[in-house]
Amino acid sequence: MKGIITVVLKQDILDPQGRAVMNSLQGLGYDEVQGVRIGKSIEIELNGISPDEADARLRKMCESILVNPVIEDYHLEIIED
Amino acid sequence: MRCAVIVFPGSNCDSDLYKAVNAFEGVDAEYVWYTTENLDAFDLILLPGGFAYGDYLRAGALAARTPVLKALIRAAERGVRVIGICNGFQVLTECGLLPGALQRNSGLHFICDTPLIEVVQDQSSFTSRYQQGELIRLPIAHGEGNYICDELTLRHLQAENRIVFRYASGSNPNGSVDNIAGILNSKGNVLGMMPHPERAMADWMGSSDGRRLFESALNLFPETADAA
Repeated sequence: MKGIITVVLKQDILDPQGRAVMNSLQGLGYDEVQGVRIGKSIEIELNGISPDEADARLRKMCESILVNPVIEDYHLEIIED
Repeated sequence: MRCAVIVFPGSNCDSDLYKAVNAFEGVDAEYVWYTTENLDAFDLILLPGGFAYGDYLRAGALAARTPVLKALIRAAERGVRVIGICNGFQVLTECGLLPGALQRNSGLHFICDTPLIEVVQDQSSFTSRYQQGELIRLPIAHGEGNYICDELTLRHLQAENRIVFRYASGSNPNGSVDNIAGILNSKGNVLGMMPHPERAMADWMGSSDGRRLFESALNLFPETADAA
């Protein structure tokens, strides 16, 4: 089983990296690009627990270290083997 | 006075900080490795700049979950003075002793400079040797010093005089909200700041304006502080 955590900056937090990439995309002619937000993906391999337990444990991991709630939100997905 | 300089894998301002405080008469500085679980012997605890754990995950995130930080949090609760500088400030926000977070600089660049810093208040344990409103020169060197917090936290910081240092008007280098360069916890015994006072200890370094921060924190001139 695998937990995939996608961490993104909160909507009201300025993302200077995303803004720079947006400028570059527009410079390449992608005029339709209206916004870019850059986050990160954390894949965690799990063994010996049920998907429900995994969900609860992964959320705890997010709250205790993986995500900084001051500036970040996250999305959790569990992929069973 | 016994002074702990905490060392993580990746700290790189630890010897600057050690030398800065150890040079004062009556002060014994000591390097303390991050696996240490007890800081009871120390009167002042310093978190140095650098790149603890290579800034992996987020700057300061992994360092904030080490054994020595648990001991540091207990010491801070007892009222022991703590100063986190640069990466040390990031560790203090990550462990929850200070509110808010430090984000990538708004201009994306790593900045090395010696900007003018305003001493916003001189009533704190760390600024008693300065004058309120004084402009000083302290070096900065960081890629993630853009302080951010929610509106309510900012109002608390302002109302409770917990903003100790600001980048002087017109010289905000990193996009920090309200030009914040250094803040206190609510009890006033924990200071986090991006500028490096330990790099401004003598005129030959370009500035000696950092000396008085350590003199204040170490209570080296209590009489003068009272007189002022």
